Amino acid sequence: MQFIHEYRDPDLGRKLVQRIHRKSRKPARLMEFCGGHTFAILKNGIRDLLPSNLELVSGPGCPVCVTAISDLDKAIFLSHLPQTITTTFGDMVRVPGSHGSLASARVEGADVRIVYSTMDALDIAQENPQSQVIFVGIGFETTAPTIAASIVEAQRREIDNYHVLPLGKLCPPVMGALLKMGETKIDGIIGPGHVSTIIGSRPYEFIPREYGVPFVISGFEPLDILLAVEMLVEQIEEEDPKVEIAYRRGVKPEGNARAQQLMEEVFEVSNANWRGIGEIPRSGLSIREKFSHFDALKAYDIEPGLSREPKGCICGEILRGIKNPQDCRLFRRACTPENPVGPCMVSSEGSCAAYYRYGGEDG
Amino acid sequence: MCLAIPAKVKSIEGHEGDVEVGGISRKASFMLTPEVMVGDYVLLHTGYAISIVDETEAKETLKLLEELAQQGAVYS
Repeated sequence: MQFIHEYRDPDLGRKLVQRIHRKSRKPARLMEFCGGHTFAILKNGIRDLLPSNLELVSGPGCPVCVTAISDLDKAIFLSHLPQTITTTFGDMVRVPGSHGSLASARVEGADVRIVYSTMDALDIAQENPQSQVIFVGIGFETTAPTIAASIVEAQRREIDNYHVLPLGKLCPPVMGALLKMGETKIDGIIGPGHVSTIIGSRPYEFIPREYGVPFVISGFEPLDILLAVEMLVEQIEEEDPKVEIAYRRGVKPEGNARAQQLMEEVFEVSNANWRGIGEIPRSGLSIREKFSHFDALKAYDIEPGLSREPKGCICGEILRGIKNPQDCRLFRRACTPENPVGPCMVSSEGSCAAYYRYGGEDG
Repeated sequence: MCLAIPAKVKSIEGHEGDVEVGGISRKASFMLTPEVMVGDYVLLHTGYAISIVDETEAKETLKLLEELAQQGAVYS
């Protein structure tokens, strides 16, 4: 068993689709929160397999996409400082800021390096004691423990030229914010798989309780997603909203205690600014005072100037689930993966990039 | 960015070790899964094992999928 191919069986998939068709009666809009789910749904043609009364809409689950442009501008500002190496995950490099991107900063001479892991960033710091190394710390709960681990490890290894720009964000608060805003009708949520690996299923309990919205945590293989849809349909038809896990091999109700403990040790919950949504209370992660010597916000005077959103880009509305990529007049014309205008076209989890790649003629 | 893939643990030394993904060996940190053992499958996210794949649950889910598919087929 390798935990991948078993969940891609087309025959099982077909039968599951038949079952969903038989069972689903009520019209419902299901939000797949994760960009990873959007990709898997489009790649496997799941949208077209579902009955016409079920609509799937993408959510804000793309850390690159929801990074506020003012925060990206801070990273670009830092990258231009002398004797500085800026390290980041790949997707972030090509996202346009108000004035250029990290990629264009690199062309202008900044030392910007793509890393696979926070441990790589830490190793770069150790190998370059004459430079200051900054890690652009974007990510949800999946990634936050790995950023926390790098800070704890930096402390242990006495590395004092490593700083993190803390841009971590939390998923349950943004879900609450979207449901509270009520701009888009959501009848069920396909919950994030690997965020939940860390935090478990309990932090979502308020969603069925306060908003009456069914919530099923899903894995990323096609059968995982079909199972999650089947379970959501069951809840919707029975009018019995609750939190369920369809991805039991990867998610426990209590999550990963060690990862939560590391996050708690290094970070404290703070307000955060989300692209397209605005400030959401208690939805972000700041570095605790105890580790403030690793905090890029404390170590530097960051003055990137006024930020401005790219003209005509509707990434914000797409992240809120009120518009689709094909509603954007820039889509496929002025905005392509080669020449992206907004982050939703850059990120490997961005809706625009997913529709561009797999959306077919309409996409 | 929340991508995590199943990887088989090959060796462990302290908080680090080697895992295998699709026949390719990679370094991994086990800081978030200190209880890991050689032979376990882990979910690997940006070089960190973020959980140990629960084999019993994996099989249960497959069983459930097959049951649901059977019922789906019977009535269709």
